[in-house]
Amino acid sequence: MSTTVALIGGCALVTAAIKSVGPIALGGRELPDWFSSVVVLLAPALLAALVVTQALADGDRLAVGPETAGVLAGGAVVFKTGSIIGCVLTAAALTAGLRALG
Amino acid sequence: MAVVESPAAAPEAPPTFRDGVRAGVPFAVAGGLVAMSFGVLADTAGLSPLAAIVMSAIVYAGSAQFTAVAIVAGGGGVGAALAAAALINSRFLAMGAALGPSLPGNAASRAAQGQTVVDASWALAGRGDGTFDRNLLFGSSAIQYVTWVSGTTVGALGGDVLGDPENFGLDAIYPAFFLALLTSEARGGRPLGVAAMGAAIALALVPVAPAGLPVLAASLAALVGLTRSARAAALSRSEP
Repeated sequence: MSTTVALIGGCALVTAAIKSVGPIALGGRELPDWFSSVVVLLAPALLAALVVTQALADGDRLAVGPETAGVLAGGAVVFKTGSIIGCVLTAAALTAGLRALG
Repeated sequence: MAVVESPAAAPEAPPTFRDGVRAGVPFAVAGGLVAMSFGVLADTAGLSPLAAIVMSAIVYAGSAQFTAVAIVAGGGGVGAALAAAALINSRFLAMGAALGPSLPGNAASRAAQGQTVVDASWALAGRGDGTFDRNLLFGSSAIQYVTWVSGTTVGALGGDVLGDPENFGLDAIYPAFFLALLTSEARGGRPLGVAAMGAAIALALVPVAPAGLPVLAASLAALVGLTRSARAAALSRSEP
């Protein structure tokens, strides 16, 4: 089996298995109150972690770069206008601009 | 959870699959740009265009794909790449557990429905009371899948013309995309506090834990929901 086939097939299997665990284990059940109140807070916790690990981390060290400024500017745009496209385009444009200057 | 204006705001008309597609469009456009940079990365890492496209089509998990390909391109083994992909994807354990009770059918059917979870579709499908709308989940995921695969195709075939994706700031798109989702999720004091706590947990772990684990660990911040006041707030939201 070639490396490419093992990489792609393995990645597909690993991802499918992980995405299956919750639905198989907890499917079709009544939600206890405590479960709902934790679930509604999962999204802010996970999304904030995704933002900071991608905007402020480079491998295993914390780093501030052009993309950090870009993401901040994108955040300001979506906060002001609610436009997701405006947010990502601003982030990309400022990051690209700062790199071109730097 | 997500504030989806027209479809979710009208209680008498439950969202349709088409509403889900519509809600997913902005994220699909952004995802398509990120997919282009994945196609370019895969090309420079030595993957054939067909391999890159097949990977996007059957894995459909952006950050795991980037990580796995980057590790192999850097000389790492397939085992290390798969372990890292599993860690990066570990947040889907938390998302899947949250979604599970909203999925009908037998175990195989629920597992199949669970495959449609990507970050944006999961967040968009949340009704704000701990349950999830399947039409919003499937619709928003479907449109994102289309642009994910087509963006990869453009990047993999046109990598030589496009050049380094970082020159276009494409690496800023993913975090900006998550930040856009976060602004619709973290309204009010408690969600904002939990977001700050999740960010702090993740940042504290970045220097010491393998990539992916800091994000999974951030889900611990949601345990704030176990406090009495949070449970009372959730209960009052779920009442008609």
